Amino acid sequence: MLEEVRKRQEQALAARDKKAAVGDDVDLSKFESHVTQAPQNVATGAIPADVRQSVLSTGVMLDDLSQRSGTFVQIDNQPMHMAVAQDGIEVMATSEALAKYDWVKDYLWKAVKVDTDKFTAHTEINQADGYFMRALPGVKTTYPVQACLYMSRARAIQDIHNIVIAEEGSELHIITGCSSSGHEPGVHLGVSEFFIKKGAKVTFTMIHSWAPDVEVRPRTTAIIEQDGLFMSNFVIMRPVHSMQSNPTAYCMGENATARFNSVIVATLGSKIDVGSRAILSAKGAKTEMIARTISAGGEIISRGYIEASELETKGHLECRGLILGEHGSIHAIPEIKGNRAGVDLSHEAAVGKIAEEEVEYLMARGLTRDESTAAIIRGFLKVDIQGLPPMLNAEMQRAVKQSEADLF
Amino acid sequence: MEKAVLLEISNLTVTVDGREILHSLNLAVNPGETAVIFGPNGGGKTTLLMTIMGFPRYRVTGGSITFKGQDITNMPVDERARLGIGISFQRPPVVRGVKMHDMVLACLRRDDKEAEELVTALAEKSHMTNFLGRNINAGFSGGETKRSEMLQLLAQGPDLALLDEPESGVDLENISLIGQLINEVLGKTHPIRERSRSGLIISHTGHILDYVNARTGYVLCGGQIICDGDPHDMLNTIKAKGYQECVVCLKK
Ligand SMILES: Nc1ncnc2c1ncn2[C@@H]1O[C@H](COP(=O)(O)OP(=O)(O)OP(=O)(O)O)[C@@H](O)[C@H]1O
Ligand SMILES: [Mg+2]
Repeated sequence: MLEEVRKRQEQALAARDKKAAVGDDVDLSKFESHVTQAPQNVATGAIPADVRQSVLSTGVMLDDLSQRSGTFVQIDNQPMHMAVAQDGIEVMATSEALAKYDWVKDYLWKAVKVDTDKFTAHTEINQADGYFMRALPGVKTTYPVQACLYMSRARAIQDIHNIVIAEEGSELHIITGCSSSGHEPGVHLGVSEFFIKKGAKVTFTMIHSWAPDVEVRPRTTAIIEQDGLFMSNFVIMRPVHSMQSNPTAYCMGENATARFNSVIVATLGSKIDVGSRAILSAKGAKTEMIARTISAGGEIISRGYIEASELETKGHLECRGLILGEHGSIHAIPEIKGNRAGVDLSHEAAVGKIAEEEVEYLMARGLTRDESTAAIIRGFLKVDIQGLPPMLNAEMQRAVKQSEADLF
Repeated sequence: MEKAVLLEISNLTVTVDGREILHSLNLAVNPGETAVIFGPNGGGKTTLLMTIMGFPRYRVTGGSITFKGQDITNMPVDERARLGIGISFQRPPVVRGVKMHDMVLACLRRDDKEAEELVTALAEKSHMTNFLGRNINAGFSGGETKRSEMLQLLAQGPDLALLDEPESGVDLENISLIGQLINEVLGKTHPIRERSRSGLIISHTGHILDYVNARTGYVLCGGQIICDGDPHDMLNTIKAKGYQECVVCLKK
């Protein structure tokens, strides 16, 4: 055991300068590393009012917990609040889970490799804390469980390590809101490992709301067993300096399914490199990736990668992008790889502008040019997310709407 | 006292993508008047309606359009719509992500309490209730597209309705519904005093004449109005002899 921990630390140290496979490098030495602090558990009311207010736009409601099956709050490198409101659902700090259950260590760094790059290495070296969420076998969350990851310090690095386990036949709906105060610059590093057991279902809705000088490098991997479902909904519409993320789903069990929906808006000065990866290695495994990207002056790289190596696997990747205004770029990189006969993979990508014909059609009904454009953009961003519970869908649309208010 | 004309088009010349389509065309529509426009394929009928509506692609290179006494030749399309001109498209575009419901609501241009009820009532009237949640025109059949266009016009309530082949592709059962909806758009189901709305209807078959009381007919051919008269008589001639007769007739 100790041997394993020591080995992992060694691996992390060896990888501390390892650049990420893709995306701009970040010189971490230019930022302050703060040690991870032991969890506290203050009442949500004790969390500063301006924080409670600002995280609302990321789907996190701290003033009214009646619509949540559980809540977790971490500010910088310290878990501040954790509570559950439903039997069979567990929400605690990862450090607490490691102390409480002997077996949690077997999940740590099992989905994400510790030496993936300097960012994963940093979270390990700094013994990052984060949330541990678990649904016991057959338990379904009535309301979503929410997590708030908030950066309050300037020039600091936030390290996060989350573990999510959906036991057999369970259903876990998670909203994670990631945001920061105006104190910039800063770096957010977040490792998230998902384990979706037989017949379990996890929806993971992540809404980002950073600031123009923040660098964001989440590292997310899901391991999905037979008949399991992982659904990731990723929203970023507010400015960020750079964001690079390429979550991977390993569909390891028969009929395991991964769905990714991304809504990305890059304003001037933002560089967003986001993709989704799915490895279909069991019979009947499926994936669907839908990305809607808008460059309002910023730079977007929209990646997608599907690899299939078993019979009856099916994958589809769709990336549509709109470039508004003079500047901005969208680079769609859809990739599909079939390793045998019997796979069914496809992709479609389109980058363009708003069709003038559509704008004029709405104008002919009396809408002004601006109203017409706004309606079309709003519609473009409104991904109809299949299988997302109506309430969660409403939450997501609400968040998109709030961010939209900044756009127009 | 004679009422002023609602729409007056004089010597209108229109160019599309560098090609002149309408040549010095003249036309007037009185308040409350409904006229039907016939004409061979490619004659310029759609071009005329699109130009009246004000789509920038249809470039006016000569002449003028006056609506409600105002020169609208260079007025943007949305201002014309708000001034009281509405159009139902021959082939409307699909607008992904914009729901029929939201579109009808936007056409109403009001957001009071009754607006929602109106949307529901109008959708019912045009047999489009099940389409309110769908993206506009996405996967609509030919007939459904026409009903959707009529529904939007009903909500918009223009003083001049430009209807581009409202009955083409519509089955026999639905054609009476379309006729009814047109009458409603034109205010013909209302008491006389409200019958001041006007319409220009493009038709190939003239079926719509069985439902809509139109007093005037025009033939638009080769970018010009070459004939006017009773629409029923016109239709009979065209049915019997084709548009060839119009051309010959013109030469007399
Ligand atoms: N972009 C364009 N470039 C060149 N010619 C064009 C363009 N658009 C339309 N036209 C031409 O203008 C002419 C008139 O077209 P219009 O659509 O107005 O005809 P129409 O009378 O409505 O015909 P239909 O009965 O088939 O609907 C046609 O010959 C058409 O090909
Ligand atoms: Mg036409």
